[in-house]
Amino acid sequence: MESKRKWAGASALTVTLLLSACGGGGPGSSGGDFTGGKLVLAVLNDQSGVYKDASGPNSVKAVKMAVADYQKKYGDKAVVKKIEVTSTDHQNKPDIANTKAGELYERGGADVILDVPTSSAALAVANQAKNHKKLFLDVSAATTALTGAQCNKYTFQWAYNTHLLATGTGATVTRNGGKKWTIIYPDYEFGQNMTKSFTAAVEKAGGTVQETIPTPFPNENFATFLTKAGSGNPDVIGTMQAGGDLINLVKQFNESGLKDKGVELAVGLMLINDIHSLGVEQFAGTLFTDPWYWNMDAEARAWADRFLAETGARPSFEHAGNYSAALQYLEAVQAAGTDDADAVVAKLEGKKVNDVFLRNGEIRAQDHSVVHDANLARVKKPADVKEDWDYEEIVTKIPAAEGFPPAEASGCSMTS
Amino acid sequence: MSAVLQYAVQGLAAGSFYALAALGLAVIFGVLGVVNFAHGAFYMLGAVAAAVLLDTLDLTLWWSLLVVPVLMFGFGLVVERLLVQWLLRLDPLYNLLLTFGLTLILVELVKQRYGVSGLPYQLPGGLQGRFDVAGVVLPRYQLFVLLFSVAVCALVWLTMTRTRIGMILRAATENPELARALGINVGRWVAPVFGFGVALAGLAGVLAAPFRAITADMGNNFAIILFAVVVIGGLGSIVGAVVAGFLVGLVEAFGQAYAPTFAQILIFVLMALVILIRPAGLFGRQEATT
Repeated sequence: MESKRKWAGASALTVTLLLSACGGGGPGSSGGDFTGGKLVLAVLNDQSGVYKDASGPNSVKAVKMAVADYQKKYGDKAVVKKIEVTSTDHQNKPDIANTKAGELYERGGADVILDVPTSSAALAVANQAKNHKKLFLDVSAATTALTGAQCNKYTFQWAYNTHLLATGTGATVTRNGGKKWTIIYPDYEFGQNMTKSFTAAVEKAGGTVQETIPTPFPNENFATFLTKAGSGNPDVIGTMQAGGDLINLVKQFNESGLKDKGVELAVGLMLINDIHSLGVEQFAGTLFTDPWYWNMDAEARAWADRFLAETGARPSFEHAGNYSAALQYLEAVQAAGTDDADAVVAKLEGKKVNDVFLRNGEIRAQDHSVVHDANLARVKKPADVKEDWDYEEIVTKIPAAEGFPPAEASGCSMTS
Repeated sequence: MSAVLQYAVQGLAAGSFYALAALGLAVIFGVLGVVNFAHGAFYMLGAVAAAVLLDTLDLTLWWSLLVVPVLMFGFGLVVERLLVQWLLRLDPLYNLLLTFGLTLILVELVKQRYGVSGLPYQLPGGLQGRFDVAGVVLPRYQLFVLLFSVAVCALVWLTMTRTRIGMILRAATENPELARALGINVGRWVAPVFGFGVALAGLAGVLAAPFRAITADMGNNFAIILFAVVVIGGLGSIVGAVVAGFLVGLVEAFGQAYAPTFAQILIFVLMALVILIRPAGLFGRQEATT
């Protein structure tokens, strides 16, 4: 049964291939080295749930912007004329992500899968990429396992990982005087991984984590968790909550009066969309790591202006990361002259990149972690906000070498 | 000691939401016999409405506390007339499915319109800040929520026990056939009661807006706990819903303090225990039906 279906799929593919070769392929068509005569970039992410605003449909638009820029840059010299961008919802569920990724590679003709927020879902897709020997450029998932224990030849992690968030926020805040930490974290893979990374970073910077408090996920009421955290008189409360839970926690932190006692709130993972939705008053003064901020320099801003015209919103770092990943993928395809995954990987590995998103970027060959400079940011006070989405003040740059763990320490061995 | 007091205050504040919303659920179940699965969604709509009113018309919390329940009452009437009433004569399961479907639709509509990241909300100045009493921190707003919801619950209780409407409703709950035989038009009260229950959920939503994330999904988890509250209190029992609401708030707070990982599980352990020992709930009538 299964093999029958495969045959049916294969013959359908052949027909499409023939058709496109005869009908679609005009003079100068260069479909020869491309399966199906075209390149398919598949964005697999959360189109309806908690990460819809931070990645979601706007990540698809960012990828389309990259395709347009590629076509504009190379025009007639582009090695592939027909480029498709597709979009699929994985609902943040690993099992759905796993099935969809398989379908995309097998039947959807996907040459590369992009984005994929939610660590557990991303790990499932990485496994599919390995089995199908097709590319997977992850942008929005944070787990270090993607470029560590579960790394493979076809998977790249483009934007950030928990280690970056931890060294960025954890180490810097500790060095600035926040020595005693209490960490509140949601009790699942991401939260546990983050707590581990933060604890290591804080201790390395000379601080102590005196207590870690696990919470249910999702959760609305954090009042007592916060009182408990505050009872140890920490300098800093670090929260690893994300999305709606983070908003719950921040509102209740402001309510609790801990701020007046001089307790600082440091946030593990926060996106600009969180600040936008909750309002800058609630977050004012909060420290967090932002891998990329739309207003951090003229180049970023120029791209963010285009993005604004396209979507009506300013980009999150995940949107910019998707643009960068798609663009560098297309550049690698252009250099390789084919969509063959092994050839494209060879072009990507070890490449030093500077683009809208990546500053001092390097696509590390050893573990496929894309390392680059990031920022420690502080949320502005309402009085300092000059325009819509003007929420962040960059406190300091986090150099790539500091933010990302050295490749030798990643625990990755590329065996496939 | 002050820590224990602190947890107790927080538990009671959290319990206020449960009490208020569970009260609506209990009233609806009592009179209509409908297990309203959409209660969490109505709670969410209340919070979203408050945020939208603040954003578009500059109506602060004070106004929302008045306006939103009225709007939600109207919405409840419409839902009852258009949808719920047609299924009242059938197995209760039909209305359970209907309200569950309604939840999915409402949540998706809000997502489509307002996105998933949530909406901002600011407290009016008078409710910001906190009192410090003997080492116990009492945020003004939590105190306000507590007093406000106790007042509303008391008002509902008085209405049910001391007024003619309350008498009619209790008679309708107790024995609709007999009430009809005595010349009471029971059907007339069905839609307003549903609307009233929905308004209470909306009111809880408004109170939640300043210190909970206002998102389309905010009612999902809330609804689950709410059902635990109603089961603990006794299905349809008004006093039961309120007492169990505060009780669950306290269990949650002390759970968070002393066994964080189990904070939410404890609520359901309590529910299981109550069902084992008193199957009809703390204040439910023990199988009085014939």
